[in-house]
Amino acid sequence: MALITGKKCGDEEMGPLGLETEVAEARTTFDSGKTKGFEWRKSQLQALLRLLQEKEEDMLKVLKEDLGKHRVEAYRDEVGALTKSVDNALLNLKKWMAPEKVSLPLVAVPTVAEIVPEPLGVVLVISSWNFPIGLSLEPMIGAIAAGNAAVLKPSELAPATSEFLAAEVPKYLDCEAIKVIQGGPQVAEQLLDLKWDKIFFTGSAQVGRIVMTAAAKHLTPVTLELGGKCPAIFDSLKSSRDQRMAVGRVAGAKWGSCLGQACIGIDYLLVTDEYAPTLIELLKGVIKEFFSNSEHLARIVNKHHFQRLCNLLQDESVAASVVHGGSVNAEELFIEPTILLNPPLDKEIMTEEIFGPLLPIITLKKIEDSIEFLRARPKPLVIYAFTHDEKFKQRIVDDTSSGCVMFNDTLIQYLCDTIPFGGVGQSGFGQYHGKFSFDNFSNRKPVGRRNFLIEFSFRYPPWNEKKLQLLRHIYRFDYIGFVLCFLGLKR
Amino acid sequence: MEGKTSNEVFNREKAEATVKELRQSFRAGKTKTYEWRAAQLEGIARLIKEKESEITQALRSDLAKPEMESYLHEISLAKSACLFALKNLKKWMKPEKVPAAITTFPSSAQIVSEPLGVVLVISAWNYPFLLSIDPVIGAIVAGNAVVLKPSEIAPATSELFAKILPEYVDSSCIKVVEGGVPETTALLEQKWDKIFYTGNGKVGRIVMAAAAKNLTPVSLELGGKSPVLVDSDVNLKVAVKRIAVGKWGCNNGQACIAPDYIITTKSFAPQLVEALKVTLERFYGKNPLESADLSRIVNLNHFKHLTDMLDEENVSDKIVCGGQTDEKQLKIAPTLLLDVPHDSLIMKNEIFGPLLPIVTVDKLEDSFEIINSKSKPLAAYIFTKNKKLEQEFLSNVSAGGILVNDVALHLANLYLPFGGVGESGIGAYHGKFSFDAFSHKKAVLSRGFAGEAGARYPPYTPEKQWILKGLINGSIVALFLALFKRF
Repeated sequence: MALITGKKCGDEEMGPLGLETEVAEARTTFDSGKTKGFEWRKSQLQALLRLLQEKEEDMLKVLKEDLGKHRVEAYRDEVGALTKSVDNALLNLKKWMAPEKVSLPLVAVPTVAEIVPEPLGVVLVISSWNFPIGLSLEPMIGAIAAGNAAVLKPSELAPATSEFLAAEVPKYLDCEAIKVIQGGPQVAEQLLDLKWDKIFFTGSAQVGRIVMTAAAKHLTPVTLELGGKCPAIFDSLKSSRDQRMAVGRVAGAKWGSCLGQACIGIDYLLVTDEYAPTLIELLKGVIKEFFSNSEHLARIVNKHHFQRLCNLLQDESVAASVVHGGSVNAEELFIEPTILLNPPLDKEIMTEEIFGPLLPIITLKKIEDSIEFLRARPKPLVIYAFTHDEKFKQRIVDDTSSGCVMFNDTLIQYLCDTIPFGGVGQSGFGQYHGKFSFDNFSNRKPVGRRNFLIEFSFRYPPWNEKKLQLLRHIYRFDYIGFVLCFLGLKR
Repeated sequence: MEGKTSNEVFNREKAEATVKELRQSFRAGKTKTYEWRAAQLEGIARLIKEKESEITQALRSDLAKPEMESYLHEISLAKSACLFALKNLKKWMKPEKVPAAITTFPSSAQIVSEPLGVVLVISAWNYPFLLSIDPVIGAIVAGNAVVLKPSEIAPATSELFAKILPEYVDSSCIKVVEGGVPETTALLEQKWDKIFYTGNGKVGRIVMAAAAKNLTPVSLELGGKSPVLVDSDVNLKVAVKRIAVGKWGCNNGQACIAPDYIITTKSFAPQLVEALKVTLERFYGKNPLESADLSRIVNLNHFKHLTDMLDEENVSDKIVCGGQTDEKQLKIAPTLLLDVPHDSLIMKNEIFGPLLPIVTVDKLEDSFEIINSKSKPLAAYIFTKNKKLEQEFLSNVSAGGILVNDVALHLANLYLPFGGVGESGIGAYHGKFSFDAFSHKKAVLSRGFAGEAGARYPPYTPEKQWILKGLINGSIVALFLALFKRF
């Protein structure tokens, strides 16, 4: 695709003028209509699939370099998940692109109507550092499937991945329509100054505000995938087998995915006073079983975040609540899986999103109290709950609010293409995955058609009482009344 | 009693207190039940029925709106929105079961609609009744508490809302706040769970920037220049009537989806102009300024905006019909202009009035460039029997909505999303789209402990990677191995 125009992509140096030129080219390409056809979109998705297959090793390597992710974790969470998403998009693309027929009321008869999805135009995807390949390409799948030209700004905090994407994406995808622009806050600011047809942002609430404020200048619609403190409610489960499985899932979600640096990772646990000791012992056991070899755990992304996490433990009362772990290795940027029991709720570890391997366990008198606990706090991206109690489950769904609710497991909602993925309140707005990605980057345009055969004269001025009466009948779908009135047989 | 009294100004403290009260009502769970939502909708339906003449009167006072238009475009549309919502409420509130993926087997999935919380609806002046009550209906049907700020530029309608709405709905959860810029600013400083704004792009930007501070999602129903392409192969008599009623029969052109300008061929233009003239005379008589069937211009400010457009050099000499104005009565006659300069005010800005420029081209395909040189409009119309041209129009023109061979009707269809794209807005509503606009679609995924994929967990091995690969790609074999293989 990159060689069609004889242009070699990714060769040029990107100065500030280069950035604007790149975006302008994407705009020109979109305006030419190239990205709208089914064939183009299919070819790009197929190219993406080839990239994921052919460059799998390179991807696993840069994820190891940037975040210390074990190759299996990197495959499971990023490369594999993307493969699934691209396959799903290719399978459904034609269906998604098809207009949707709609029914109509009498007043508009004879009219036919449908909703036609069309691309928004040129979209900007700003990605995050913790799943730097996944969170870059997953939105891009949606943008491409919906027929847009797209510019991706990967996170500069995952530099090896950013380099990789800037080098490889232009080799596989149509570089006149799909661009990767590397850089930090300055580049982001320059990009945000330009006019986009949509901005898709994954990251922190603080930057989310900046993005939305910039978008407001051009009335650009945005999707903000933010974070929050995702809790896991741990009810007493009868069988020890279930308990063991649940604890495994908790450990996997806390430490097994980017060492806790995940927006849908578990931030803290809620459990009864009574059950806490058992849970802690089970967790310790699982930590030993899964994570004895720190090779199987990711690393903290950089010194800044490492220091931030260490600072969370500085406070005396917080440090005193550590019941397992706590050791850190500044050179390796590694913090071992750490469990805290009831750190004070007013300390930063319980007021800010942790985004690291520290797991506070907050105990309550009874497990139902978790609902009030959650209602008093900002809405998270996901609420996890381990319980068999169907009534309790219903109460959690009815009485709390979050992007998603996941019962008895963790993280896998990310892989499910049939449910929307996104936040609410402080955890963001807008949704994607599966068809939701396609819709996110589309304008669903209603199209109505009439012909000239039948005409209702009472639609037009000059107005009189009779016309008003006819219209009253029509609006109440009172066909008989309408006919009688029309024939002059009714007032 | 809400709103301004002589000694009470709606300032930041009052705005804070209002939101606090609504949050308490919302947290108490009042607005979430089916019974509450249905009761509010029934209240609104009663309001529309019982107060029809008061509403019509307020609209006449604010806009000199003819009774037929008040009925056709505001009252009946509000009524059908209400009844449609009541009819479908139960269905919309039900969680939607969706298939779960094989990757997450065994699991069950559903999407649960929940209210966003406390929402703000800011309305416009041109359809001051409908554009207030319609989004409020959406907010209620989705289970939210809501503050309505009607437009101060339609003061009679605003006052009517403040007076009668509390008589028909639960005022601990639904409030009306009257006022202009200071009051709106005070409201925008608060934290809302959604802001729904109808109006112009300039204020739309202010609303969105204010919303950004609290990460509040917004719906912006704005405007633009809605073009009408007219082909020569149409039934001219019918086409012209539809264009006319869509333009001047809709608040005398002060409507976001009214035709803004026409594009036709140089050769067809004379016929089109003649036909329009004949129709205009039939609708509004020889002295349109005296016709009771035309709304007046809303205020002096807007009147000047329109006369400025007419008076511009090289524009005033392009008037081929109409052009009469009456500043005292704030009336402007339906006016046709032929081939005004492309950089004139009337071709650059949304007209929102009874002036209709006709732009001519050599062939109709040339019109796409003109249309696409402007920002994406709320609606775009084409009159033609030529299927190929129609298809080209559909593919090349992006707008909030497209109507072929008619004008404006699509807004009455509750099965079509009504909203803009680009500068004409963000989000859509009407029918179920209103319910969705004010809801959060919460994914609920449920698993058990029956099957466990040991391959998910460290210590990682190549074998686990192989299984995971297959599992993620939906392979049954991998699923089998994943579930039953012990590590």
